[in-house]
Amino acid sequence: MPLLEIDNLKVGFDTEAGLVQAVDGVSLTLDKGRTLGLVGESGCGKSVTATSILRLVPSPPGKFLGGRIMFNGMDILELKRDELPKIRGKDIAMIFQDPMTSLNPVFTVEKQLGEVLKLRFGLEGEAARKRCIEMLSTVGIPDPTTRLTNYPHELSGGQKQRVMIAMALMTEPQLLIADEPTTALDVTIQAQILQLIRELQKRTGCAVLFITHDMGVVAEMCDDVAVMYAGRIVEQDDVYDIFKRSRHPYTRGLLRSLPQKGAAKKIELPTIEGVVPSLLNPPKFCRFADRCWKRKRLSELEQHKCFTEDPLLRPYEGGLVACHWPVHQGEEP
Amino acid sequence: MSGDVGPGGSALLRVEELKKYYPVRGGVFGGKIGDVRAVDGVNLTVMEGETLGLVGESGCGKSTLGRTIMRLEDPTSGRVFFEGKDVAHASKADLFTLRRDIQMIFQDPYSSLNPRMTVGEIVREPLLVHKIGSKPEQIETVRKLLETVGLTGEMLERYPHEFSGGQRQRIGLARALALDPKLVIADEPVSALDVSVRSQVLNLMVRLQRDRDLTYIFISHDLSVVEHVSDTIAIMYLGRIVEKGSAERIFRKPAHPYTRALIEAIPVPDPEQRHEAAPVKGEAPSPVNPPPGCPFHPRCPYAIPACREAVPPLEPTRDSAPGAEHVAACIRKNEI
Repeated sequence: MPLLEIDNLKVGFDTEAGLVQAVDGVSLTLDKGRTLGLVGESGCGKSVTATSILRLVPSPPGKFLGGRIMFNGMDILELKRDELPKIRGKDIAMIFQDPMTSLNPVFTVEKQLGEVLKLRFGLEGEAARKRCIEMLSTVGIPDPTTRLTNYPHELSGGQKQRVMIAMALMTEPQLLIADEPTTALDVTIQAQILQLIRELQKRTGCAVLFITHDMGVVAEMCDDVAVMYAGRIVEQDDVYDIFKRSRHPYTRGLLRSLPQKGAAKKIELPTIEGVVPSLLNPPKFCRFADRCWKRKRLSELEQHKCFTEDPLLRPYEGGLVACHWPVHQGEEP
Repeated sequence: MSGDVGPGGSALLRVEELKKYYPVRGGVFGGKIGDVRAVDGVNLTVMEGETLGLVGESGCGKSTLGRTIMRLEDPTSGRVFFEGKDVAHASKADLFTLRRDIQMIFQDPYSSLNPRMTVGEIVREPLLVHKIGSKPEQIETVRKLLETVGLTGEMLERYPHEFSGGQRQRIGLARALALDPKLVIADEPVSALDVSVRSQVLNLMVRLQRDRDLTYIFISHDLSVVEHVSDTIAIMYLGRIVEKGSAERIFRKPAHPYTRALIEAIPVPDPEQRHEAAPVKGEAPSPVNPPPGCPFHPRCPYAIPACREAVPPLEPTRDSAPGAEHVAACIRKNEI
């Protein structure tokens, strides 16, 4: 049994203009000890998918429209409100882009870490304090004894991120959800935090769901990758295949639009023309068809399918792809 | 440093010993207790028609340097020459004229456009301020500018909130180009944009440079973007330039340990090139209390006792070619 199994998840948001279907039929599985990258551009639904797992989607305006989220055989969407602490911050922990989402500005570092130990393990006093200091040095905070007495605002961005990671991992979760945890950090600090997450995962064996828009970070961290576009998963495969031979024109286009190291200067970068369709009233056919470079190379008859039929995520050459005409080897935007 | 005329053309901008300090107040009476040395003695020459990439991590002073060159901030000391005229000490009237030639675009296209003005009004504003052309001429210019940046004339009457991030950055570019400037200082112009839109805006900037003979100072923390657009790259750390050279040199033969760390730390979009370990430990020190000697020595894997003694000068590397000078501020630059 996989640790996490999301099946046909649908989440919408009520707006003045109508219902926005932010997540529209997402299915995912994540096994113990693995790292799954959930990637896509802003508004693709990756963060909403991730926050749904902890039932953190604000409601209203958000609402679940269907699907199941099974964690260790338990349906999270069926849990009663008072049962939620069973999973939050215990078996599942989450870290965010902005550490202040999880840190309380009016309590010291010791108080916040201590609270976790008290709730989770009934640990208090000197034993708890020792464990806090241990954990802070594990996440690479210099002079941890002094840091315990600090308030969050007295720490740098990187240090806050480390404290948040310490807090998340103290609970020894089975699943860590990391939502753009290094996006606001400098590149040298990012490298340190990524290394830290990798080390801690190796030590604890927890599974990681890593949400990011940065393809470099994906390559660095993930075993498997799911690419999202306009509320749906359009491709899923292991990390090597995603980078070497992605099958969906969107994935391929995204990878090609990155500036290449050592490539000719100031050359025209490949782009993906156009914009993401509105999720107020998404098309009933392929959501990428409008912008698709591959579609434009097809015959009119073949293109007809792109504009009439909704492609389902289906097995294709070892991965999953939602495209009527997957990209062949050697075909480039 | 290099003279005003090089093989690639002549210098458009020359920055000499520029400093920008901000007072730190504290204590019972709120007196001055120190300085944030945001820009701490920068020398820099930008050649006509080139793109200078200005790179560094948050707090290194790159944005303050850009703003001080623009005279959005008054320098604490030092000089900024634009076509031989001193911007740093220019009078209000002279600045008014200078600002036709130097324009700036910002990271956040959401907050740099007035939400109560239509796109047409935003792009036309510089023309009104500088009293260029009659009203119909101005409107015609605005229409042309919008087309140049890939927007249509019918968007004139719309408001910024009706546009996507990439489109807003195009509006910012159109406004910057309204006065036909020579130098555009772009402060993290694509950092807030998604990958697919980012490449569109980068392509546009490259095309505009070619068509309008623009010179760019491209400020960014993202080395892969900077490598793509820049002819020359300057790396900043704690208010100082620690290395400068052609983009090729900086990427192929970085001389400063900090530049190396920055390049190594970029996650490569290829799972076969994963990093074993982070290239440097620790964080940048506070610009209020910089460490003695080389500002990078506390984090530097190559540091020796001598690094703590004096700030290393920015000097040519051993095999620096004349005309494409490669300079680094590290006493061990030729041995590591």
